[in-house]
Amino acid sequence: MTGSRGVGSGTRRRGRWLARLLALHGVLGYLFLYAPIVVLVIYSFNASRYASGAWRGFTLDWYARLFTNEAIGAALRNTLIVAGVSTLVSTVFGTMVALAMERYDFRGKLAFDALLYLPIIIPDIAMAVMLLLFFVLARVQLGLTTIIISHVAFNISFVAVVVRARLAYFDITLEEAAQDLYANEWQTFRRVTLPLIMPGILGGALLAFTLSIDDFVITFFTAGPGSTTLPLRIYSMVKLGVTPEVNALSSMMLLASIGLVLLSLLLQKGGGGGIEIA
Amino acid sequence: MAERPRARRETVRLLFLIAPSLFWLLVFFLFPLLLVFAISFGQRGTYGGVRWDLTLENYVRFFDPLYLRIFGRTFSIALTTTFLCLLIGYPLAYFIATRPARWRNGLVLLLMIPFWTNFLIRTYAWLLILRDQGVINTFWTGPLHEFLVQIATALPLPLWEILLRATSQPLHLFGTDGAIIVGLVYGWLPDMVLPCYAAIERLDFSLVEAAQDLYANRFRSFTRVILPLTMPGIIAGSILVFIPSLGAYVTPDLLGGAKSIMLGNVIYSQFMSARDYPFGSAISFVLMAVMLVGTLVYFRMGAE
Repeated sequence: MTGSRGVGSGTRRRGRWLARLLALHGVLGYLFLYAPIVVLVIYSFNASRYASGAWRGFTLDWYARLFTNEAIGAALRNTLIVAGVSTLVSTVFGTMVALAMERYDFRGKLAFDALLYLPIIIPDIAMAVMLLLFFVLARVQLGLTTIIISHVAFNISFVAVVVRARLAYFDITLEEAAQDLYANEWQTFRRVTLPLIMPGILGGALLAFTLSIDDFVITFFTAGPGSTTLPLRIYSMVKLGVTPEVNALSSMMLLASIGLVLLSLLLQKGGGGGIEIA
Repeated sequence: MAERPRARRETVRLLFLIAPSLFWLLVFFLFPLLLVFAISFGQRGTYGGVRWDLTLENYVRFFDPLYLRIFGRTFSIALTTTFLCLLIGYPLAYFIATRPARWRNGLVLLLMIPFWTNFLIRTYAWLLILRDQGVINTFWTGPLHEFLVQIATALPLPLWEILLRATSQPLHLFGTDGAIIVGLVYGWLPDMVLPCYAAIERLDFSLVEAAQDLYANRFRSFTRVILPLTMPGIIAGSILVFIPSLGAYVTPDLLGGAKSIMLGNVIYSQFMSARDYPFGSAISFVLMAVMLVGTLVYFRMGAE
């Protein structure tokens, strides 16, 4: 806006007016994104027994009830088993495949790359039905195992993307230096490569863990009797009737995933370029 | 001569690194995907299984007026969602891109945080807000209505009658196409803002100044310079919003009524209650085909 040749004060005033409108839109936009979450959390502390009624005072009752609810306890256990196992498997596989994709050229690499990206972009309902169909026709009993298999199927891709991003900035001369100092290949990997890409691996693992905990649609289709996870529990509670307990459970899950995502981002950013071989 | 064993060792290592993921993705992703495609040409067995008599019947069934209507509604809801996301998201992206550089990352992070939380729970939050006994209606029939009663007794005017009658019963927001659209816009807005932001942030604003030096007014410099230059971001964002909206299942299930069924719900009922796997597969495959075309366009945009 320097050298506003021939631009009258009218235009400038209109410009300022536009800028204010834009700022207002920004504030309203963020309000729109956060208001429902805040409303949900506020209502989880409402003493009213109606999930969305008038304010009847502050209470922690709904949270207290969660801890004595056995069905929720079981769902939490299932969720942690599924998330734990699928994260472990997909982190190992995803890291390995990320190393291969960044370090090697091979025939069919492009096709494999596409296959690796597909689980990220496919609509979850489509992935859910194809896995269900596969398990049903293969006569596999639906349960925790089928949920874990399905979660690994989408988590490998997410871990691979995060680790590859880290590897892309990897300084290959550090490995060459290690080998010049007579480190064998395994020592080089264990002492140089692995520590350097560790933030990426941990970030990818946390992302996988969060995605696994939060997944509803794919879990819903591949779950069997007795393998209810927390999102499935929330869904059936909502379907049976909206209660303040659902609000409390949902608020805790929101908090957990926000915490995990922030941690994941912190890890992906952290560890900068500094090399720590201790 | 020394190169030979080394090359072989490298091949073995490569195989070792990709084998687990390749196996997993082939068996638990690509094969099921092809299975869906194959079964979509099969027929429903007597007891819900699949009979392998090849037919196009499942695709022809799309033209049944019932499914045509659902397809049409799904399409128009997804399109409306995309349009509203653009209308809200583009100025929001512009807002973020024009803040000082040290704020921008924080603002983007703030945009992403709700996006990374549970979609089911975020949709549930809207159910709390929109339903008949929900947050909006508690205010509408409660404090607002009482306030109007007080005004009406103090100052009797015919106008109050209409407002009193309106606030005496809840607004019917829940269970409508509108509720689904609100839920979808809320869920996928960040998917629109991010690519738009990336495009606007890259924009060379000296070009805008040049246009204004050439006596283009704000409107013209926007439509002739800013908009065309950020078009890849707009298209990328629209695809990223349109695809999941088309495949929505949770949102119409929680926020839509009995009459607001989308394709995702039809797929669900074909698999879970009607047990018509071939027809359910056909719908899923059409959905995937649309997604695939969208993704190809997306990557073409990215390449430019």
